[in-house]
Amino acid sequence: MNEFLNMGGYAFYVWSSVGLFFITMLVDFISLRVKDKTVKRNIKSFIRRKNNR
Amino acid sequence: MKKQRTNVIVRLYHQLGSPPSFYRISGYFLKWLLLIAIILTGIGLYDGLVLAPADYQQGDSFRIIYIHVPMAWMSMFVYAIMGIAALIAIIWRMKVAEAVLIASAPIGAWFTLITLVTGSLWGKPMWGTWWEWDARMTSELILLFLYIGVMATYTAFNDDSRKAARMAALIAVVGLVNLPIIHFSVKWWSSIHQGTTVSIMGESRITWEMLRPLLTMAVATKFYYGYSMLKRARTYLLETEQQKRWVHDIVEEKKS
Repeated sequence: MNEFLNMGGYAFYVWSSVGLFFITMLVDFISLRVKDKTVKRNIKSFIRRKNNR
Repeated sequence: MKKQRTNVIVRLYHQLGSPPSFYRISGYFLKWLLLIAIILTGIGLYDGLVLAPADYQQGDSFRIIYIHVPMAWMSMFVYAIMGIAALIAIIWRMKVAEAVLIASAPIGAWFTLITLVTGSLWGKPMWGTWWEWDARMTSELILLFLYIGVMATYTAFNDDSRKAARMAALIAVVGLVNLPIIHFSVKWWSSIHQGTTVSIMGESRITWEMLRPLLTMAVATKFYYGYSMLKRARTYLLETEQQKRWVHDIVEEKKS
């Protein structure tokens, strides 16, 4: 296990690459969901305003 | 029989061209695209980081290939799709193509950024340098600027989304010339970057145990691109068609 984590002495380079990949994909995933929720909320309030007029 | 067959294709084309149908049809795929992407990434990285043998020259540092190369392929693949969508958006003014164009830019930019940073993380131990103004690296950096340019152009004209999408499409189409430059850069100029290892035609210069995780990751990241792009394209269509009836029906409906 230790040997695996050590990556033949290249631990920093290999794990930074893998970590960056996961963090970036997670940021993409979260940001697209936040954007979707925001847009839907805005449209809802837009409809409400239109109906109240 | 033949006539019926064309009808199905023509119908599908028209359906995918209409925002409400595109929204509905893409909705069936989202969950599966994401699920397959996660499973294949798990398999691919386990295979690449644990099972694949260490490289006889580069030791374990070569395992960065399982992030770097799929990301590099995807940075160009996504740009090609974005460029085609941009052409369709310009020629036929198809709204769904505009959605695909704008929705491809963020994920494409992320893929390109990962390519550049992992390339740096691989270059440091192997070449002794984080960065070199070399043809391969410079053209990949330009690719990142093109993605950012497409996003920035779209944002700059935010008062008129149709016009904004067409301006962004122009940048995307012009930037297509960069794709062959990236691909052939290691041939045309003497480069610090290594040449092609994996090729579709002809022999790949890599053993199957090392190639298998690479291909798995290439497929996994395509599925994630499918998810990310379709999800953003759906949001884009809702936002830009918010005056329309079908959008109201979807938003008012509690499930979504």
